[in-house]
Amino acid sequence: MNLPALSVGFTPLVDAAPVIVAREMGFARAEGVAITLHRAPSWSASRDMLAFGAVDAAHMLSAVPVATALGLGGAGAPIHALSVLSVNGNVIGVSRALASRMRGQGFGFDFRDARAAGTALLDAAGPGLRVGVPFPFSMHAELIRYWFAALPAAPEAGVEIRTVPPPLMAEAIGAGEIDAFCVGEPWGSIAVETGTGELLLPGCAIWDAAPEKVLAMRAGEAEPARFTPLMRALWRAGRWLAQPGSRTAAAEVLARPEYLDMPAEVVDRALSGRMTVSARGDARRVERLVAFDPDQAGFPWGDQAAWIGRRLARRAGLDLESAERAAREVFRGDLYRQMLAGTGAAMPSAESRDTAPGLQRGRFFDSRVFDTSRVE
Amino acid sequence: MDLVPWLHVVDARLMSVRLSIVVVEPDQERARLIVESLRAAGDHEILVIRETTGLARRIGQADPDIVLIDIADPSRDTLEELALASGPLERPVAMFVDRSEQGLTRAAIEAGVSAYVVDGLRAERLKPVLDAAMARFQMFRQMRTELAATRRALEERKVIDRAKGLLMKARGIDEGEAYALLRRTAMDQGRRVADVAEALVTAAGLLS
Repeated sequence: MNLPALSVGFTPLVDAAPVIVAREMGFARAEGVAITLHRAPSWSASRDMLAFGAVDAAHMLSAVPVATALGLGGAGAPIHALSVLSVNGNVIGVSRALASRMRGQGFGFDFRDARAAGTALLDAAGPGLRVGVPFPFSMHAELIRYWFAALPAAPEAGVEIRTVPPPLMAEAIGAGEIDAFCVGEPWGSIAVETGTGELLLPGCAIWDAAPEKVLAMRAGEAEPARFTPLMRALWRAGRWLAQPGSRTAAAEVLARPEYLDMPAEVVDRALSGRMTVSARGDARRVERLVAFDPDQAGFPWGDQAAWIGRRLARRAGLDLESAERAAREVFRGDLYRQMLAGTGAAMPSAESRDTAPGLQRGRFFDSRVFDTSRVE
Repeated sequence: MDLVPWLHVVDARLMSVRLSIVVVEPDQERARLIVESLRAAGDHEILVIRETTGLARRIGQADPDIVLIDIADPSRDTLEELALASGPLERPVAMFVDRSEQGLTRAAIEAGVSAYVVDGLRAERLKPVLDAAMARFQMFRQMRTELAATRRALEERKVIDRAKGLLMKARGIDEGEAYALLRRTAMDQGRRVADVAEALVTAAGLLS
């Protein structure tokens, strides 16, 4: 039987799990779509593959569709987010030199308290801290900026944020080009494995419900309905991934050469929340290090896009109000509702404003609650 | 006093002919071939950057009209920072987007090259440069595919030879019979000869 086909781009990260699982565990076939997966060498390449029609949809950084709508680093065709594939999933690490200085000053590396970790980091690093992030328009960059800005003593001017592609992050921190990083798993664990860095915090210690990756399509898509089977397959894949019993199988599938091409044990750390934070083998437990449950995370909120949009606009010197309006258009809650109607997927009762049971807004480490009226 | 406008005219004419191009390519031989192709496309000022650490900074210093980089190079993401260059002396650089009928950008992406250009550079000035780069990158891609296929074939032949050797020793048969046995097993199981040979070599390694 010939099923309608869709090609989907992905970047080798643990949070590519929904698209990989949708194919490998048969959810796509069950929903009546044949998906082919295309591994992208970089985020800009993935965005361009999508914009110019080399793929139909892509696993994408949540900030990229928003940045494209604001004319930042865009490559032509604007892109929209159909769903949030995952929340959290990033880790923050420091060089071994910086880690031993922090330890020398009495810091205990609890992998939990963002305020204490940030204060200890700034104390040990002094001015001119260089932090690597995978992409200029990313949750990584926004989490780092939010974190430093909300610390008691936080001169953001003293922190330089540099773009370093994830596969090169361990090498960059080993070579002393950066002092710290924020990167998606498994690349933080790879820095631990190669002995170049130690892990300081999970991203969720800064914001516990940060929309990390989205399913992106071209904005000018003539027939969005053709994505319905894919969206339903991804919804099922996300629910499957949220079950603890699926973890081992998920890690094995993701580890394959055509996907992440690394040991399943390293992939499993983020999925299980059992992290190894130093080369000495120090272990830490984290809840929701990366979370896929679509009934808590899947709906693409206009508020999430607005939060990202206002922050990008402020950095680029654009008008905040028009940026927020443009950003909200990009997260397609309307299509999410249509495509998942009848599946039992949790949805907010009115887009953006009201919260349905289960859908999480989240809280920041400085005890602020994510709230659209306080988007800045 | 009239010297000043006159100088401007000369300057503008020179500018319209020569472009300053940065090629990001870590491999020396590939870089040489790209530069060769670009030279054939016109009298341009070409700088090769092979070191990808601090790439955005290096490019900022070179202040080029065009940056060319392999689309498969993960360092490409660092170029996205250039879109935000906001210093008074910096020129914004953006992914080249072509809206013409021929779809120059799409063609370039398919060929495996991405071009970043300064604000305001016109497509007709970029086209000869991009055409030359595309032809070269397409050749690289072809060479890479051929090389990978050749390497795989060689590796498979090595594994098959080892499997034949194991069978000859274990069952006291000659080389022809050993290969026939491998091929028959592969057909029975619906697998490739190389895969059966690989399984045999792995199993023998575990048992020895």
